[in-house]
Amino acid sequence: MSDKYRNNFLREVEEKVEEGHWVKMCMQCGVCAGSCPFGPHWAHPPQEIFMMIRAGKREEVLTSDSMWMCTSCYNCIVRCPRKLPITHIMHGLANYAHRLGIVPKNQPTEHFATLFWNNLAQTGRVNELKLSLGIYFRDGFAQGVKNAMAMQSVGLGMVKAKRLNPMELFGGHGVKDKSGFHAMLKKAREIEDRRKPIA
Amino acid sequence: MTDIIATNQTILVVGGGISGMTAALEAAECGKNVVLVEKNPALGGRVSQLYRYFPKLCHPICGLEINQRRLKQNPRIRVLTMAEVTAITGGEGDYTATVKLAPRYVNENCTACGECAKAVDAEVPDAFNYNLGKVKVAYLPNKMAYPQRYVLDPSIIGSADADKAKAACKYGAIDLDMKEESIQFKAGAVIWATGWKPYDAAKIQPYGYDRYSNVITSVEFERLADIHGPTKGKILRPSDGKEAKNIAFIQCAGSRDENHLRHCSRICCMASLKQTHYVREAYGDAGKSTIYYIDIRAIDRFEDFYAKVWKDPNVNFIKSKVAKAVQDEKTGDVVLHGVNTEGYHRYADSYDLVVLAIGMEPSVMGANLPAEIVSDSSGFIEADPANHAFFGAGCASNPLDVNRAVQSATASALRAIQVVNRVARVEGN
Repeated sequence: MSDKYRNNFLREVEEKVEEGHWVKMCMQCGVCAGSCPFGPHWAHPPQEIFMMIRAGKREEVLTSDSMWMCTSCYNCIVRCPRKLPITHIMHGLANYAHRLGIVPKNQPTEHFATLFWNNLAQTGRVNELKLSLGIYFRDGFAQGVKNAMAMQSVGLGMVKAKRLNPMELFGGHGVKDKSGFHAMLKKAREIEDRRKPIA
Repeated sequence: MTDIIATNQTILVVGGGISGMTAALEAAECGKNVVLVEKNPALGGRVSQLYRYFPKLCHPICGLEINQRRLKQNPRIRVLTMAEVTAITGGEGDYTATVKLAPRYVNENCTACGECAKAVDAEVPDAFNYNLGKVKVAYLPNKMAYPQRYVLDPSIIGSADADKAKAACKYGAIDLDMKEESIQFKAGAVIWATGWKPYDAAKIQPYGYDRYSNVITSVEFERLADIHGPTKGKILRPSDGKEAKNIAFIQCAGSRDENHLRHCSRICCMASLKQTHYVREAYGDAGKSTIYYIDIRAIDRFEDFYAKVWKDPNVNFIKSKVAKAVQDEKTGDVVLHGVNTEGYHRYADSYDLVVLAIGMEPSVMGANLPAEIVSDSSGFIEADPANHAFFGAGCASNPLDVNRAVQSATASALRAIQVVNRVARVEGN
């Protein structure tokens, strides 16, 4: 049985991470790492992440901020000679780390993603005003005012173009059937948890 | 002149490269009648376009010369050049082949004196040198051409050069009225020795073969190193003719890639290891080679060869598939970008010339085969009972080096012989 030789973390990734079963197919050619436009700015390129998974470095991989750096440009996917869905694996790893609750504190991408999701999940529509304010005031009130002032002209432009409604601060727009929408999300979560359980 | 005497006991060999020549010779030397069809004006195929063979680094002239002599001595082989099989009908032991013969405009009176080439002015791209240079419109396909006979390029017809060539020939060998012909003949078995072609390097977009003059393929590099090549054997880069002393080889250029060729082409690692010898031969210690690889596959007993090159201080190995090449427009140097798997260091290294160890694709891939043939997902002909008396030989059946192509050709000859022997028993003679 080849399973015998597979370390626990690789098995864990295969079972629990979206598209994780592809990791074993990587042949370490390095094209993904070389093609990544963000390449020089993150600690471990995808190629290295895959090797670390196979080497059983669970802690290092899941607390790394590398997979959070992915901008979904898809350069790696189109060039991978083995057709690994690398972008999706990166997101899968990020999502898995998030569900485990072991993402480093103040990871900006995680913060934004969580903010975005919670914002969207309330009414079924994104409340742009609350979302941007949520980001501006992330590092305290004083910094928030500074951020808002710096973005003033962009904000006013968006108001003029009717892309931002100041009245959104009080409630805001949403889908018609909100309880139906929430039931749908709940069901999706149930299915997801059954398919890739955390525990 | 083109009457073919062939029966159901004749073996048809399609392709006159090293595999086709070998299959034809082996069958003929066993007493079978063979028709050998080659689409180019001369036999020898891609082997004749090599500078040296690995692993012994001898010149292909050697192996070809022996085969050409065997061919000349053997009355059982009928060689048709500039000929293409357009259709095959019938079944095992009873095929009918239709072959189209392109006009050569030169008949068998030709002595290869070369006066016609001296007389004409126009030039066309030299296909033998992968279009790196030009040849006159009246030309000898290559120095080792078999048959040793000149060819007129079809563009000459109706021009003043045509009359000049005709006037220059003392032997009445030039016949400007030759027309394309189509002939039919019988065969009991067919050996497909249609060989390979280099994968279209322009499709590997990040390497910029179509944009950068100093990114060339390994087959073109063979021609640069060859004394009969466009640079008379000097390794000069195309952009400015400068001596290329610092050369990078990129392995798996097209091979082992689901976006290009899914198979390993097998020969490219050995080809690049061999080509580092050309660099050393040309420039001694001043010549530097760098091989970018995923893993070196020096197949079978070639491990020693690899080990020797590995020890050469002038050859550098970098475990990485290059992500991108960019040519500096001012200097002409090519910078390679990527990440080294050993340590995950990012590099941007500059070279005089970059050689893509280009993958091997079956010649018939994408072409309309004149018959129904079972092949694998890469287009190589399978040894499948559904192929009846169609047998793949050499690189038509697998990515093979010369040595293994010849073994494969011999095997296919044996299979074809068994078929025509069965036919002979049925026919009672």
